[in-house]
Amino acid sequence: MTSLSREDVAHVAKLARLALSDEDLERYTDQLRAVLDHARDLEAFDFESTAPTAHPFAAAAYLREDVVVEGLDRDEVLNQAPAVEDDRFCVPQIIGDAP
Amino acid sequence: MTILDGYEMVVGLEVHTELKTVTKLFCGCANAFGSAPNTNVCPVCLGLPGSLPVLNRGAVELAMAIGTALGCSILPSSFHRKNYFYPDMPKDYQISQYDEPINVGGTLELPDGSTVRIERAHLEEDTGKTTHVGASGRIHGAERSLVDYNRAGVPLVEIVSAPDITSAAQARAYAAELRSILVATGASDGRMEEGSMRVDANVSVRRVGDATLGTRCEIKNLNSLRSLQRAVDHEAERQSELVAAGGRVVQETRHWDEVAGTTVTMRSKEEAYDYRYFPEPDLLPLVPEDPWRDRVAAELPALPAARRTTLLALLGEPTPSQRDQVLSVVELGIDAMVTSAVSSGVDPARALSRVANEVAALNGAETLGVDDVVTVLSMEQAGELSATHAKAVLADLVEHGGDPRELAKRRGFEQLDASSLDATIDEVVASFPDEWTRYCQGDDKLAQFFVGHVMKQTKGQADGKAVIAGLASRRSR
Repeated sequence: MTSLSREDVAHVAKLARLALSDEDLERYTDQLRAVLDHARDLEAFDFESTAPTAHPFAAAAYLREDVVVEGLDRDEVLNQAPAVEDDRFCVPQIIGDAP
Repeated sequence: MTILDGYEMVVGLEVHTELKTVTKLFCGCANAFGSAPNTNVCPVCLGLPGSLPVLNRGAVELAMAIGTALGCSILPSSFHRKNYFYPDMPKDYQISQYDEPINVGGTLELPDGSTVRIERAHLEEDTGKTTHVGASGRIHGAERSLVDYNRAGVPLVEIVSAPDITSAAQARAYAAELRSILVATGASDGRMEEGSMRVDANVSVRRVGDATLGTRCEIKNLNSLRSLQRAVDHEAERQSELVAAGGRVVQETRHWDEVAGTTVTMRSKEEAYDYRYFPEPDLLPLVPEDPWRDRVAAELPALPAARRTTLLALLGEPTPSQRDQVLSVVELGIDAMVTSAVSSGVDPARALSRVANEVAALNGAETLGVDDVVTVLSMEQAGELSATHAKAVLADLVEHGGDPRELAKRRGFEQLDASSLDATIDEVVASFPDEWTRYCQGDDKLAQFFVGHVMKQTKGQADGKAVIAGLASRRSR
């Protein structure tokens, strides 16, 4: 397995909408590479007899009954927004369609 | 508009259905269509810091019912975050299921006997609703967008078929049958026009006999079964023409333009989203216990296929047009009117015909009470109402509601007993001896002439079929 490249970090940063300077990119690549290399230590173990785990706790999801719980007051909610129009959150122009 | 000769289409469908729960998937906000904007919101569905999702048992149970109805294995599952930047989700991610969905594998058998395999049916949350403001009212050229988060967090099940569909008509039949199943299980109201059921189609073409699949395009914005069928046909034609002309299909997402009847590029593979799925750390794995799965299976109501079988059995030897009527009443979810009427003594053919023709044509047929329809059909069967009057009472029921017997009385549809009908027929026959002779010599068209006169005399209260029967029996004497 190849090690994490500078391009990988630049790609992930772009997906996360992070503007990184060249210097940042260099530093984060080194740091993240160290993290991933450490994770790779796990490859030394034999997992043949171990079942995959989705969560560290051996517990199942707690389920809520399907009953309405009072939410937030609309005015209170919309007061937190930078811009409101027609009782809706107003957001700047969106470039592109919904995913 | 169809695929070129020598090519075949390969289609898979992704169907999103909103679940008919009382509350959202991860919070106690009401799941209600049509509320005033941003009135069903709380810290969880607004993605406020520190809030945590808690899974809704009702949504899980409906997802299990869907899986059971489709013959899926219901497995322990887990949740992932699907990350993207778009204001319809305030968290900037959607909680969905990724590599461990709740329902895996399954099949859907269509009324024509063909089967389509189901790959998975997983739980996820819906997004908020954005409205684009500006000159065009569409996203391109919009100055700003307005967001209502009432729908954010509403439970969805996404049902993914295998690429087993080979025609546009089959794609439509699959979506129609799936919708009937979703409605039957109580999981969804299946309203495509309101967006509670949404269909995306993955379409590719290949030369007949080729084993490998062609490059596929995903078609979005299919708001009705008709759009689905048209869009799949159009897309298969577009791709087959492109390939035949030596071109290559580019993998992309395309938007169906209902007015133009064409698909247009939305985004190409290069622009495809990289969602950076990762496990949702705030939710534990979902493990449906056996007794719960067994109970869901035991409580599953009769599914469309079984209901069609029941109706066909009632008819004995159904004609092709009766088979079509059976399909249609089950698809509309009004087949219980037929079976109940038959158990109350109404002739099966008459019950099916009335429900498939008259009841189905009424705007709001599904709101009619089964008992009321049965009452009307029974009155008609007993000769208390003519066919015309039965139809009028059914229309009144949809429009005003009320008791069918009262409605019939208010309209002045008095019972016409058999002896007074006989007397009227005799009287009419006696008044037109020439016409009667010609009718007796085999001019069957004259039957309608006599029916018309009997109707006139009885002020429309006679049953046309009873009159024709009366005429025929007189002729054969």
